[in-house]
Amino acid sequence: MSSFDVNKIRQDFPILAEKIRGKDLVYLDNAATCQKPQAVIDSIVQLYSHDYANIHRGVHSLSVRSTDKFEAARSKVKSFINANSDKEIIFVRGATEAINLVAQTYGKANIKAGDEILITAMEHHSNIVPWQMLCEQTGAVLKVAPINLKGELIYSEFEQLLSDKTKLVSVVHMSNALGTINPAKKIIAAAHAKGIRVLLDGAQAIPHMAVDVQELDCDFYVFSGHKLYGPSGIGVLYGKQSLLEAMPPYQGGGDMIRKVTFEETEYNVLPYKFEAGTPAIADVIALGAAIDYLVAIGMENIAAYEAELLDYATAKAKQIEGLTIIGEAEEKGAILSFTLNKIHPHDIGTMLDSLGIAIRAGHHCAMPVMDFYGVPATARASFAMYNTKREIDVLMSGIQSLIEVFG
Amino acid sequence: MFEDLRDLYQEVIFDHNRNPRNFRVMENADRQVEGFNPLCGDRLTLFLKMDGDVITDASFQGSGCAISTASVSLMTEIVKGKTEVEAEELFTKFHEMTTGKEEHINLEALGKLAVLAGVREYPARVKCATLAWHTLEAALKNEASAVSTE
Repeated sequence: MSSFDVNKIRQDFPILAEKIRGKDLVYLDNAATCQKPQAVIDSIVQLYSHDYANIHRGVHSLSVRSTDKFEAARSKVKSFINANSDKEIIFVRGATEAINLVAQTYGKANIKAGDEILITAMEHHSNIVPWQMLCEQTGAVLKVAPINLKGELIYSEFEQLLSDKTKLVSVVHMSNALGTINPAKKIIAAAHAKGIRVLLDGAQAIPHMAVDVQELDCDFYVFSGHKLYGPSGIGVLYGKQSLLEAMPPYQGGGDMIRKVTFEETEYNVLPYKFEAGTPAIADVIALGAAIDYLVAIGMENIAAYEAELLDYATAKAKQIEGLTIIGEAEEKGAILSFTLNKIHPHDIGTMLDSLGIAIRAGHHCAMPVMDFYGVPATARASFAMYNTKREIDVLMSGIQSLIEVFG
Repeated sequence: MFEDLRDLYQEVIFDHNRNPRNFRVMENADRQVEGFNPLCGDRLTLFLKMDGDVITDASFQGSGCAISTASVSLMTEIVKGKTEVEAEELFTKFHEMTTGKEEHINLEALGKLAVLAGVREYPARVKCATLAWHTLEAALKNEASAVSTE
């Protein structure tokens, strides 16, 4: 598909026809979670109606069918991010669990007292707290690279913080609170030059751009399925095979073992070593369906369309007196975080909801970012490939009206 | 344009949001407690002047949404001159009104506070209205630590 047809795409998302308080839904909370295309919904119905059984266990037909579909989804993820092997794709509950997994396995095995872990000032809590927990457990030190007022990483300061003690860099690919897209390749190359491993938190980036983990050369890449038009409760940890092989397992249980006696346990090979217990079978398969859907549209086409939406929304927002955009990075994804003079984001959120417009109001699980800008919270409109300029017009006129009501 | 919200955002609420009453630091306060709603970042400091068990003065500082600002502003007005027991009773009634647990709430007994009855229909906003009162309760119990709605 070379031409991008937003109206056709909208028809694939049944929820977009919902009325909210009697108004057409304008769903602009995509950074929190995306809505699901019919293909994803159908894949879950299909599995439970015709193909469902537990995987990797039975010899019976349904188990084989489920297993085949499950492993096919793994291959789809592998191709989607251009990993080298299916063995590098670990299914977890979401980006958060993936980071915790790396912290508690790779981190515990390789990071010791006095070592440093480097993050940035724009991280989501999920890329802060797991490292703080690891630091508490090991005596390592968490370092934070600062950002400027536009919401960009101050690269020179980041580079200076790469020290002999730094053992891991963990940075967000695209910020959920600001929209900033970090210079991932540059960050990774600089860290690698000093022998430092890099984890990229791709939770926000993954639905908005083509991601190639081999080209980026990141050591770990994590994302959640629900932000990629797939189900919630499923996510992916990508890790370079050599690293994953050397890492101890995360959780013990079924599926992650090769042989168990009461004396000792032999762990399973990759990727199963990190997948203890029955996984979210239907959700993995539905994530595969989401990827099929996106590949057919083309990530480049999506990125180009969303850039157009963001430009349009930014220009419109700048015309509103008293509106301040939070996050104006040169490299930015389709997120518009803003504040209004003397109107609290929660009031903005409730008032826009009465017009059928769903935005996020709050700290976006990035309290340090709010502190940096000296605001308790922001309002955030975050766009997806199914949003339209007309919806942005509805948002902007809603904002104008609520400014008038507040006086 | 916002007809559906008329019950929630009454003119009194806009008025108290624009011009909050008793919005000042109280020198020599007998009680001073911070309230925090981590969900939305609302933060307030409540000051009380006591004469025995009577609240002789109440004031606040902080920032929050219109509902939370109006709620604390109205509260500081209404509790002045009330005893601790009377203030507690008001809190109980206010809580019943905002969480809608009672079928028949005597809105008259709540006076001006009745303008906040609309939050009942907006579960996500109830905490905005009750933060002030949770903070007052902590202040009356002389709890030194900050209170949180979570």
